[in-house]
Amino acid sequence: MTFFLEVLIGGLLSGVLYALVALGFVLIFKASGVFNFAQGAMVFFAALTFVGFTEVLPGWTGLAPGSGAVFWLAFILALSSMIVLGIATERVVLRPLVNQAPITLFMVTIGLTFFIEGVAQGIWGSHVRRLDLGIEDVPVMFLLDNFDMMISQFDVIAAVLALVMFVALAVMFQYTKVGRALRAVADDHQAALSVGIPLKHIWAIVWSVAGFVALIAGLIWGARNGVQFALTFTALKALPVLILGGFTSVPGAIIGGLIIGASEKVAEVYLGPYVGGGIEGWFPYILAMLFLLVRPEGLFGEKHIDRV
Amino acid sequence: MKFRKTLMAVAAVATVFTASYAVAQQEQYVGLPSYRVGPFGASGAALYGGWIDYMNMINERDGGVNGVKLTWEECETEYNNARGVECYERMKNRGPTGNSVFQPLSTGITYSVLDRVAEDKIPMVTIGYGRTDAADGTVFPWVFPMISTYWNQASAIMNYIGQKEGGMENLKGKKIGLLYHDSAYGAESHAVMDRLAEMHGFSVQKIAVASPGNEQQAQWLQIRRERPDYVILWGWGVMNPTAIRTASRTGYPVDKIVGVWWSGAEEDVVPAGDAAKGYTAAGFNPAGTNFPVIQDIMTHVYAKNRGNMSDQSRVGSVLYNRGVVHGIIYVEAIRTAQENFGTGRPMTGEEMRWGFENLNIDEARLAALGADGFMPNLQITCEDHEGSGLLKFQQWDGEKWTVVSDWISGDRELVRSMIKDSAAAYAAEKGITPRDCSAQ
Amino acid sequence: MFYREAGQFKASYQNDQQIFPIRQDQIGFIALMGFLFLVVPFIANQYWLQAVLIPVLIFGLAALGLNILTGYAGQLSLGSAAFMAVGAFGTYNFMLRIDGIPFLVALLLGGLCAAAIGILFGLPSLRIKGFYLAVATLAAQFFIVWVLVKFGWFSNYSSSGVITAQHVNILGVDFRSPEMKYLLTLTVVVVMALLAKNMVRSSTGRKWMAVRDMDVAAEVIGIRLMRTKLQAFAISSFYCGVAGALYAYMYLGTVEPEGFNLDMSFRILFMIIIGGVGSIMGSFIGAAFIVLLPVFLNVAFHSTIGAYVPADLASNLELIIFGALIIFFLIVEPHGLARLWQLTKEKLRLWPFPH
Repeated sequence: MTFFLEVLIGGLLSGVLYALVALGFVLIFKASGVFNFAQGAMVFFAALTFVGFTEVLPGWTGLAPGSGAVFWLAFILALSSMIVLGIATERVVLRPLVNQAPITLFMVTIGLTFFIEGVAQGIWGSHVRRLDLGIEDVPVMFLLDNFDMMISQFDVIAAVLALVMFVALAVMFQYTKVGRALRAVADDHQAALSVGIPLKHIWAIVWSVAGFVALIAGLIWGARNGVQFALTFTALKALPVLILGGFTSVPGAIIGGLIIGASEKVAEVYLGPYVGGGIEGWFPYILAMLFLLVRPEGLFGEKHIDRV
Repeated sequence: MKFRKTLMAVAAVATVFTASYAVAQQEQYVGLPSYRVGPFGASGAALYGGWIDYMNMINERDGGVNGVKLTWEECETEYNNARGVECYERMKNRGPTGNSVFQPLSTGITYSVLDRVAEDKIPMVTIGYGRTDAADGTVFPWVFPMISTYWNQASAIMNYIGQKEGGMENLKGKKIGLLYHDSAYGAESHAVMDRLAEMHGFSVQKIAVASPGNEQQAQWLQIRRERPDYVILWGWGVMNPTAIRTASRTGYPVDKIVGVWWSGAEEDVVPAGDAAKGYTAAGFNPAGTNFPVIQDIMTHVYAKNRGNMSDQSRVGSVLYNRGVVHGIIYVEAIRTAQENFGTGRPMTGEEMRWGFENLNIDEARLAALGADGFMPNLQITCEDHEGSGLLKFQQWDGEKWTVVSDWISGDRELVRSMIKDSAAAYAAEKGITPRDCSAQ
Repeated sequence: MFYREAGQFKASYQNDQQIFPIRQDQIGFIALMGFLFLVVPFIANQYWLQAVLIPVLIFGLAALGLNILTGYAGQLSLGSAAFMAVGAFGTYNFMLRIDGIPFLVALLLGGLCAAAIGILFGLPSLRIKGFYLAVATLAAQFFIVWVLVKFGWFSNYSSSGVITAQHVNILGVDFRSPEMKYLLTLTVVVVMALLAKNMVRSSTGRKWMAVRDMDVAAEVIGIRLMRTKLQAFAISSFYCGVAGALYAYMYLGTVEPEGFNLDMSFRILFMIIIGGVGSIMGSFIGAAFIVLLPVFLNVAFHSTIGAYVPADLASNLELIIFGALIIFFLIVEPHGLARLWQLTKEKLRLWPFPH
């Protein structure tokens, strides 16, 4: 039983981190209807830019390497880069393609993926880096001592961080002026335009927020696995979360992430040995697919969108 | 006007495509199917960088091999099979004598050009990867999986664990976990591990990690439940640091994990941070810059600002040094071939093949090359395209790799017999009549 | 002046229903085929045949398969490479296990295997569409490759999970040389492309397009959605399967399941978007573009600025330019290169007197 709980809780925590990546997709899809495949590349770009700045900043400014000042300066610089990237994407790539077919917009984001990957590695180099957030990756001692359960302290803190961000975003969406505008745009572009909401600004804001989400996801995933090209693959973990939770729903992303994370771990441990293991790669997709057969709009998706 | 510009551009491209390279006759050409972008770009950049630096050093220090300058050209494959084939075809007729060796550093590309190299008479050297049973030179005359195949490596790792346990007989009743990358590469380990388990009486628990392997919570919880005595990490790319980190957070002792050589570079441990302290991995070359051959590269190449690595601190890393090993073997094969066919001119693909097949890098030669302890001695024969099969084990102390074992060989007898069987099956399937090596 | 259909009268229905109703198109097509079949094998060297023409034809066929599904029937799929893998492994096993089976029969059967699997993974399309469906087809991508790696039977228990294509011999003719391989590939591709061209202008194709444009309306006028969609999945997968088998037998020789990865699926999707969604010719133009562009960039870079910048940077610049060009093309012509060709034809009709 303890073992099952370990697997389950470990899976739920991973699930929150999947949801974190999925959130970036949801934000952009909701506001602009673009399925932004470049989100994975943005996670990589953000993490690499952050680590790159922490490496060069001490040389530029004379601050002590690893100090808090370097961390926050690098964070701000990386965030600014993401905002610039978001605004540039809106200006150069998306604006000329307004009203094109969704698939064209999707493809353009794949082109953007190559572009971002090339720029990131062209500037900072391709070698694998370590990212230390100062959170030790050890089992939570309290649980280990009392229940003999191994739950990673890092994952717990990362999941809490992610949840705080979810709440912050939810509050922003719900109670601020920008948030209201965002929701209006998500509901209906035309109507939003006609009541005077500046669509282009909103899109730039959304891409910037998605950049911020990518930065947080990049920091957490980069600290777990190292900052390297493979960070772009985190997108593949987020896609089943998206179909399960719905492309347009923020709570859906969280719930979907929890379900996917927990079920894939449980399946790998209890089902994997019977079929040779390694099923984590496809299991979430099959699960999400089967789920869609029953409920085509996903958990929280909007019903009218993708009903056949 | 626009049209004419387009036309001129097209014409320019056409000349680039078709232009045969105007090179002097005294140059030995090699085409390098490298990859510097994509998921494995970090590894490719270090390895091909080391190789290029070594060739540069030979040109600078010795003026080439017996007066024949080395030239090379890179072709980006992105670790993609179709791109690799294109590179192979593009480069095979370049240079005065065509491409002299093809080393794709990708098992997928190795398979994709396997038939072609025999047709085009270009030797293919796959050091530490590629098709294992190609070590049988009677069936695969053109392929050289040198130093050690995957099967030999698995066996050598078990020998190392046996040593640590105080003898192979102590392996009886032990439980070995095999955490492998769920792909053709990972599956290579299965057959030989099963045979070894049978021979020595230990049990193997195989645990698959789905590619790319950036999530391993489930696998390590399984390991934690089974509590194997050792875990062999058969990984690639991001799977390695993730495995080490997840091991530490699930409380598995890191010094009981032994990695293969594709899990034993700085790239694999640095991201894992402190969790990797005490982790051991196999390799056929140690890390470090203290070897005379690396020092020569520093003085003759980097001091003149002609080094290939944009980040000089990576000189001396495991993968970089592995690239230098590639360079040493390549240059020694040229030398061997020249001694037989005539010095002072570039070798053809066929002559290079002879050079590889008669390669003999013994201790004395290694010392002369400034590579004593840098790579194992290596003797290739017509039958045995693998050579020594010797490995060293290194431990990561948080800062650098330290060698913790002498050269350790696998169970040569077992591995050779498995290779022979597998190659014979391939020959039967393809209708190949194996060469008679006594006639060579 | 040269491309004008004025004066070409159709006196019978048969005439009116030709594949190429315009005489200039007929002549152009025959000339192109003559060139490809009779001239190319003699003038092209090994590099062009083995590294450019054969892969372009094979990827063109796979792109055509995806175009049938996505361009004509409107179902987005990201699993094309997996269906290619099914075709390749299917053909291999038919060749291996049935003694003396002719290659073309095995190819057909391999394609049918892919079609069957395609129908299976096409089932979700009955309930979902758009990006939901695209992500669901990723299930096929990952699952099929996993099965091929995991179960040794498919690769005849080879230790590394790869299959090695048998030699192809049709009616005593050996297809070993690059020229013969090229000719066989070309024949299969041309036949299948013509079939597809016919299919999309028949009632089958019109049904697909009706479903694509508005499925509810299509259902109202009596098109059976389930049948039409699954048919599109089957035929599309069949095309991909045949392309996969050709990829193994005519191009690489030895293939591993991981070779048919997600990256390849994306590449095929790229081909149809760049080439032109809903265009047979666009599939081939797109394939040529996506196969050749990275090669061209690589050659251009290494011969020009490659000597001056570090190799790492050169490779990354290639990637950047590749991405930028794709963005550029999509912005300039969101309907693909085939659309440019159409526009050219329109202009040619009036040329040189546009008014």
